[in-house]
Amino acid sequence: MDNAIVATHPHTHETAVAAEHEHVVLPQHRHHFETEQQQREAGTFGMWLFLLTEIMFFGGLFFAYLLYRNWYNPAFVAGSNQLSIPLGAANTAILIGSGFFMALGVWAAEVRKRGLLVIFLIITTVLGFAFLGIKGIEYHEKWEKHHIPGANFDISEFVNPPLNPKTHKPVETPLSPDMAQKTQVFFSLYFAMTGMHALHMIIGIGLLFWLTWRAYYGDFSSGYVAPIENFGLYWHFVDIVWLFLFPLLYLINRHPGS
Amino acid sequence: MSQPDHRDELNVTNPEHAEHHIVTPITYLMVFGTLLVFTGITVGAAYVDLGVFNPVIALAIACFKAVIVILFFMHVLYQSKLIKMTVAAGFFTFIVLITMTLSDYISRAWGLW
Repeated sequence: MDNAIVATHPHTHETAVAAEHEHVVLPQHRHHFETEQQQREAGTFGMWLFLLTEIMFFGGLFFAYLLYRNWYNPAFVAGSNQLSIPLGAANTAILIGSGFFMALGVWAAEVRKRGLLVIFLIITTVLGFAFLGIKGIEYHEKWEKHHIPGANFDISEFVNPPLNPKTHKPVETPLSPDMAQKTQVFFSLYFAMTGMHALHMIIGIGLLFWLTWRAYYGDFSSGYVAPIENFGLYWHFVDIVWLFLFPLLYLINRHPGS
Repeated sequence: MSQPDHRDELNVTNPEHAEHHIVTPITYLMVFGTLLVFTGITVGAAYVDLGVFNPVIALAIACFKAVIVILFFMHVLYQSKLIKMTVAAGFFTFIVLITMTLSDYISRAWGLW
């Protein structure tokens, strides 16, 4: 319905910019974004906001670790020395490799190589499974040694550490029963932090299946890389969490020569 | 940002602007190698007794690795100012929260020891 304003100020703007409003060339370009670059930018921005909430979420766990490590340091030393450095280091390398192939996947999507993208996504998934497998071996060992916090937790190894067969001295500093109980705090944090990290990996692997499926049908080989790129951000974030978990849980309390 | 009378066709004055940059596999390979080397260094350093500097070095190496993952694997180096500011602001806020919570725990029994 026309009114006085429209009568005196006709809609010249629409006709002036009509050509620019018909620039939608790709099906993924949503009409509420002026340009494809803006759409991409908005997606990246949103993904980073989500990752920042994830940093705060893991940050709480890291802070709990920091605080209890200072309160019950001998228990944390003894607990940390129960973890296997070779397995932890292997998992770090596997996860870095997984991130590398994910990054290559983003490149393959950018240069529109469908076959390479599918291969890189599959390698990323396989390495993710390898990580979870090694994590499972480590969890199983804790189960067998009764090092899972709770009613069946066994402190004997911390109160009476096994003797070194050569020197006949304990391989670890024996803890008082009171302090030995505090190793449960270490293992609680160990399972909470690595478990939450593993949950993120399981969710990531689920998404990888879906992305590999879509990539196979060519969804990401025509210039539309946002889902691959944003999933890559998530996968690298999960990598970064592990880059901190590995030294904090496995490495910080090692003693040379023991 | 853009007014009808003041159109910025190439969008260059916008803080959201960034050239679209495809990171090459060579760059990724170099980052991958660096990450593996520093993983080796951090494992090796853990076996050397450096006293209070053991955790400091381990965390410094972890921070370095995280930064190159963020800059190259996560493309922040090639993103617009908006994304760079967002990432930086997030980590800054995280450090503020850690500092405030730690200062609470440190000062709870102030003068009682």
